[in-house]
Amino acid sequence: MKFRVERDTLADAVTWVARGLPARPPVPVLAGVLLSADAEAGTITLSAFDYEVSARISVPADVEEGGTVLVLGRLLADISRNLPNKPIDVAVSGNKVEVACGSSRFSLLQMPVGDYPSLPVAPETSGSIDGHTFTQAVAQVSVAADRGDTLPILTGVRLEIDGDRMTLLATDRYRLAMRELSWRPASSDVSYVGLIPARTLSETARALGASASVDLALGSTAGGDGLIGFEAGSRRTTSRLLDGEYPKVTSIFPTSTDTEAVIRTADLVEAVKRVSLVAERNTPVRLRFAEGQVAIEAGTGEDAQASEAVGAEITGPDIEIAFNPHFLLDGLGAVGTTFSRLAFTQSSRPAVLSGQEEEDGEPDTSYRYVLMPVRFAG
Amino acid sequence: MSRRQYSAPAQVSSGPPDDTGCTILHVDMDAFYASVSLLDHPDLVGTPVIVGGSGTRGVVLSATYEARASGVTSAMPMSRALRLCPTATVLPPEHERYAEVSRAVQATFASITPLVEPLSLDEAFLDVSGARRLLGSPIEIGELIRARIVDEQGVTCSVGVAPSKFVAKLASGLAKPDGLLVVPSADVVPFLHQLPVGALWGVGDRTEEALRRLGLRTVADIAHTPVATLRRALGEAAGGHLHDLSWGRDPRRVEPVREEKSVGADETFPYDVDDPDYIRRELLRLSDKVASRMRAAGLSGRTVTLKVRFADFTTITRSRTLKDPTDVSREIFGSALALYDALGLQRARIRLVGVRLSSVVETASAPVQGLLDEPDHGWRDADRAVDRAAARFGRGSVTPATLLTSEDAHFPRHSHTT
Repeated sequence: MKFRVERDTLADAVTWVARGLPARPPVPVLAGVLLSADAEAGTITLSAFDYEVSARISVPADVEEGGTVLVLGRLLADISRNLPNKPIDVAVSGNKVEVACGSSRFSLLQMPVGDYPSLPVAPETSGSIDGHTFTQAVAQVSVAADRGDTLPILTGVRLEIDGDRMTLLATDRYRLAMRELSWRPASSDVSYVGLIPARTLSETARALGASASVDLALGSTAGGDGLIGFEAGSRRTTSRLLDGEYPKVTSIFPTSTDTEAVIRTADLVEAVKRVSLVAERNTPVRLRFAEGQVAIEAGTGEDAQASEAVGAEITGPDIEIAFNPHFLLDGLGAVGTTFSRLAFTQSSRPAVLSGQEEEDGEPDTSYRYVLMPVRFAG
Repeated sequence: MSRRQYSAPAQVSSGPPDDTGCTILHVDMDAFYASVSLLDHPDLVGTPVIVGGSGTRGVVLSATYEARASGVTSAMPMSRALRLCPTATVLPPEHERYAEVSRAVQATFASITPLVEPLSLDEAFLDVSGARRLLGSPIEIGELIRARIVDEQGVTCSVGVAPSKFVAKLASGLAKPDGLLVVPSADVVPFLHQLPVGALWGVGDRTEEALRRLGLRTVADIAHTPVATLRRALGEAAGGHLHDLSWGRDPRRVEPVREEKSVGADETFPYDVDDPDYIRRELLRLSDKVASRMRAAGLSGRTVTLKVRFADFTTITRSRTLKDPTDVSREIFGSALALYDALGLQRARIRLVGVRLSSVVETASAPVQGLLDEPDHGWRDADRAVDRAAARFGRGSVTPATLLTSEDAHFPRHSHTT
């Protein structure tokens, strides 16, 4: 195998493929990146797989001689990032892989290609979605996914597809984020539900979102149930799905609203950030919606205290409610609109946050963030 | 009750003791558990009585002075105690009763001075330097406390009055039972110097043995040994500390302790257990007990600790910290069980298990992050209902079904938990 490739091209490709490689893999070959050169197509393809997630990218190169080798992924990524901006020559010599760039020479040990697991079959596309929309939707929803290990099912984002409607949803039982959007399915009668690990999904969405369009491969088209595939440009990735019954969440959305407040998102974020500086671990910020403003307070008599008020358009009875400041800020950071609309029933019941562009406009309910308040046991 | 007993030294100076500067009082209840148990058994007063577990592995918790005369001491195996004193009546411990009397006694202390440092249920240090103008000299205050406790609680206590904590503690030990001993400032050094080394605070069997090898038998011997020699023999800190104590130097102040830092319960099995189901039931029972005590005290805790002692006495603890403080039996049990299961024991023989809840906060002021899918009435409400039933019909009137024994199926349980 012998080829020449641009430094930036190789560095980008290997960095993306190797990003998820485990530092201490259960099997040594899983720390490798598979590098194959195709002389006819004039491309090299890099792939990595850890039995959960696979990644594959093809980039153009001057291929003199085809072939496939397996080398340490992180090492190759580090090397290619640090090389001078000149063409890189890669060639196999015995059981070594020689990497030359300018006057730099690296010699990497080959790992046994035969021991490397075969990658999931290249998925066929089930439809596509606008890259920017997809990235934004995933970011909005994955904030609410659980990061702990108590209930593995809650570390996922639930993807539901019904025709051209796509619904993303995540919850850690303290808050729930749901985004509805449309996509372009290959056939109009597609119906699908899958649970994708939130961490993998947000990494994938960030990496592929720069492309104008992202292809999705669902269900059996992704080379077996329990897998989902994403493809954008020359990048293709698959992820194993989480297994298990996702909790029934539709009943969580309140059916009625007593008090509604519309607030300029940035003002509320700033105020909550400032006031929560005095909120010790596990203590809430208290919000009081009355008389055209929301008064925000944190801290107790024995500790530091802070308060601030922000103007708000309020309809319905006054209400006082307490939230974990991080959960509130996660939601306010995710709405992505100039104004935020908060809807309440009681101070012990969940509040619903959604966005809207104009202060007196209609709420945009395509994104909803349901947040359970903090109460005092006594 | 102290393992080591010393006779009271002869009064060094003549005349009434001078209590100037003796502002530290050590108050120690006399045979506390036994005395409290006798309150409900007046017929047994004046006879040897031992309080403790009666099973094959039972241990003496306390004994009346009549039983102690036969050589019974606390922490002694019950079987041995009964061989020493076969005529003794054995009473099961009544922890709630002890806690109740202890609270009343602590309340008496609190009415004397805010500077109270409780050491356990039945002893405390008091710093009365600020109470002298109101209540009189330290001796008068000591006698006032003794009179009030015997009058209000019906149990006696002994008081040591001295210029420092450890001398006061020694003095109360020598005043027992039902007495008061003053060690005036001027007499501290001669008082200490006639005592054996074992009397000093912190000298256990090991240290005593090390000191004996150096030929040091009395506190005076320690006092007249160069500090460097003591440090070499006992270590940097312990050597210097003992030397200070031997000259009566004990700068530690009476530190009023804050609220209770943790609540725990453990169980030593009558025989070693390797049945995981038995252990799980025991964890449920202990979690239930810890939770109900937390609820009774209005407290919640965030850290659950599991303690396991194996048949060979090796002891391990594992803990887990929850997102929010809890006083719910089921949540504590869930964590304790997860910790136990994570040990992955393959039928290891277990002697003792314990459950402890720490990182304690007051429930009323503890914020609780609600769950989106929580039911209107959760386990917390179930616990409250159990507490109300227990208050009305007695402890154990409502209990998890797995803890029922075949007798409970027919008769309500009235046993005392230990």
